[in-house]
Amino acid sequence: MRHSLMIAGLLCATAAAAADRPVLTVYTYDSFVSEWGPGPRIKAGFEGFCGCELRFVSSGDGAALLSRLLLEGESTDADVVLGLDTNLTAAAAESGLFAESGLREVAYDLPVLWDDPIFVPYDWGYFAFVYDKTKTVSVPASFEELAASDLKIVIEDPRSSTPGLGLLLWVKAAYGARASEIWSELADNIVTVTPGWSEAYGLFLKGEADMVLSYTTSPAYHLIAEGDDSKAAAPFSEGHYLQVEVAAKVASSAQRDLADRFLAFVVSPEFQKEIPETNWMYPAVTPPGGLPAGFETLVVPQKVLLFPAGEARKVRDEALAEWQTALSR
Amino acid sequence: MADSTQPLSPALRIGVGLALAAVLALVLGTLAAVLARAKGFGALGPADWAAVRFTVNQAAISAALSIAFAVPVARALARRRFVGRGLLVTALGAPFLLPVIVAVMGLLTIFGRAGTLNGMLGLAGVQPISIYGFGGVVLAHVFLNLPLAVRLLLHGWLAIPAERFRLAASLGFGTGAMLRHLEWPMLRAVVPSAFVAILLICLTSFTVALTLGGGPRATTLELAIYQALRFDFDPGRAATLAVLQLALSALAMLLALKLAVPAAFGAGLDRPVQRWDADGAVPRAADAVALVGATLFLAAPLAAVVVEGSGHVAGLPASVWQAALRSLGVALGSGALALAMALPLSLGAARSRRRGWVEAAGMLPLATSALVVGTGLMLLLRPLTNVTALALPVTAAVNAVMVLPFCLRVMSPAARTIEADYGRLADSLGLAGAARLRILILPRMRPALGFAAGLATAMSMGDLGVIALFAGADNATLPLALYRLMGAYRTADAAGAAMLLLALSLALFWVFDRGGRIDAGS
Repeated sequence: MRHSLMIAGLLCATAAAAADRPVLTVYTYDSFVSEWGPGPRIKAGFEGFCGCELRFVSSGDGAALLSRLLLEGESTDADVVLGLDTNLTAAAAESGLFAESGLREVAYDLPVLWDDPIFVPYDWGYFAFVYDKTKTVSVPASFEELAASDLKIVIEDPRSSTPGLGLLLWVKAAYGARASEIWSELADNIVTVTPGWSEAYGLFLKGEADMVLSYTTSPAYHLIAEGDDSKAAAPFSEGHYLQVEVAAKVASSAQRDLADRFLAFVVSPEFQKEIPETNWMYPAVTPPGGLPAGFETLVVPQKVLLFPAGEARKVRDEALAEWQTALSR
Repeated sequence: MADSTQPLSPALRIGVGLALAAVLALVLGTLAAVLARAKGFGALGPADWAAVRFTVNQAAISAALSIAFAVPVARALARRRFVGRGLLVTALGAPFLLPVIVAVMGLLTIFGRAGTLNGMLGLAGVQPISIYGFGGVVLAHVFLNLPLAVRLLLHGWLAIPAERFRLAASLGFGTGAMLRHLEWPMLRAVVPSAFVAILLICLTSFTVALTLGGGPRATTLELAIYQALRFDFDPGRAATLAVLQLALSALAMLLALKLAVPAAFGAGLDRPVQRWDADGAVPRAADAVALVGATLFLAAPLAAVVVEGSGHVAGLPASVWQAALRSLGVALGSGALALAMALPLSLGAARSRRRGWVEAAGMLPLATSALVVGTGLMLLLRPLTNVTALALPVTAAVNAVMVLPFCLRVMSPAARTIEADYGRLADSLGLAGAARLRILILPRMRPALGFAAGLATAMSMGDLGVIALFAGADNATLPLALYRLMGAYRTADAAGAAMLLLALSLALFWVFDRGGRIDAGS
């Protein structure tokens, strides 16, 4: 207790010392602020010129973030929220808690056209099943081939995880009315459904499954950080569902100018160059130096699947019900 | 029994009142905050009721099996003395103290698809077994809770005074008669509350049930609460589900209160117990099987954590060591706070006619949804203060309330026995207030206090707790740092952090538990 009080005291002291500088509070997900995520470098970069303090507040994942903001409502401390994805933006926009970004004419390097007035994309990636090349030789090229194979997969629960929700919408976008049939056929391939990405990926690395639902960019981590080229993503002929991660300005913020400057910073090369090797996603605007060596080895899907935000919101309850029924049999 | 019905001293009254207020504020206050934000309860759907059924089934079976396996193990530990027994008792407690994800990963190394067991079965030409599904959830819950069950029952056994065993031996009791006249009455008193404690823990299961459950069939109440808050943004339904969870738990506690028949062994002289009845070949073999079986079952997954992690501890980044220091601070703080609440509550309960109510209130934190408590707390504290700056003290305080039920489980019976055996003598001597505490209660409660402190600090150390909802960039605890490593692909470092967490939790537990037993005579 004394130790924690001491730390609290120290934190209060630093807060007091910085009181003359304005504070920009950014709500984001946990892996963004961790030492290994983009957070520390983004903070240093922005504080280098903003004359302010950038304060990250983290909570779980994208869904936790939105849920927290909706609960806090207009009294929220957040000036900017960073870490929602296109499956959540419809509900976020509907809440009326966000303001238009005012950013125009950014040359995004996204696989889709981006014209949302509120949400500013900062990175993106394709969902994909990742496998170990040394263990899995015959790699399925579609959900149907996967379902027909003996391969075991581990996936995330759409109710508690954003990749899990991404997979749900991926199957729905690819198969529409046949989604429920695909899930029934996949049922015997699914070893288990985990609460989040970390547990699923951990199980895969332990050898509990042949494939795990992750991103096409996951093999880049193993290649670049570990010098291990044994992991690969399986390209699926139906196409791959896209995840676009976005930031937005909170309408009730008292630091709107700072928030505007931060959003402009988000799409600048200084922010974007940190993304590939900390968040292990594609930057929304490719920085002048291009992508790090190793990214050129990644699978690039032939077809991109993505529900527009409003439709994703409409379709997800039905898709969840189908998923639950098919896998509960 | 301890029905001295003496009015409680004002100091004790204040202590009991403060502790109860803290529990109620955290359990009901946070629920009310979520409810207020939702503007009323939400309706439940058929999927929610399916979740209730699954939750209750798996919890009841997990608790029953944990107790069933704990009986022979606790009996063997109670009547055998061997080299390393103390160490074994401590080490066997480890699964209970671990963060759930670490325990699950350890279990999978042994029982998983690619685990040791299936490797051996494969060599023997036997079909592999699958841990995923209802059986796996129960297996993991038994792994996590068997140690607690063993310790609670072992305390029951050790509370039977040596004099009763001497008398029984002089009357020529065999194993059967010993069971009927001494051990069965003790079990009748101890088992119902131990069963309910484990039942409540399993009722709020999230990570275990989800990771090992194999799919949406294994949807627990806690996952339904997650879905309500995170997927459907429906805090009203989350509140309804949390109330349902509390109601189920209250029902279970009520049942336990009705079923428990207090044992009345009277006071002893703290002589070492000698069990002449257990000398035969059959009891020896039975005890050996129980001890070796439990040790293998509990130690193998822990050994896996050690084997996978020990090579990566030295290379852990500085931030993980800092997180470990923060966690030690949180653990010691919440341990002290937990004992400060548990002591007045257990003493007050022992001397009060409304003992059942006080103890039931103390058990409430077990029945809460971690997500609802965290969310409610955030709603309550945010207007008052910067919750991120206070993340560590808030985590310590919440952990203290969350481990209170375990402290009470350990300290209440001790307090009751002291009051029953020595209360009248102390009253007649006018021993009251601080003097009573110093001369009578603290010395006689020391083993229980040490055990409770060990449990409280170690559990607080290993629990992710509410820090996940409050943390900023620079105030992660060790369990959060572990999750962040896993979330950043850093599996090797995560294994090292898990090993460090296991070592620190066990060390904390050992120091306090040993400290309570040194020179304590019994």
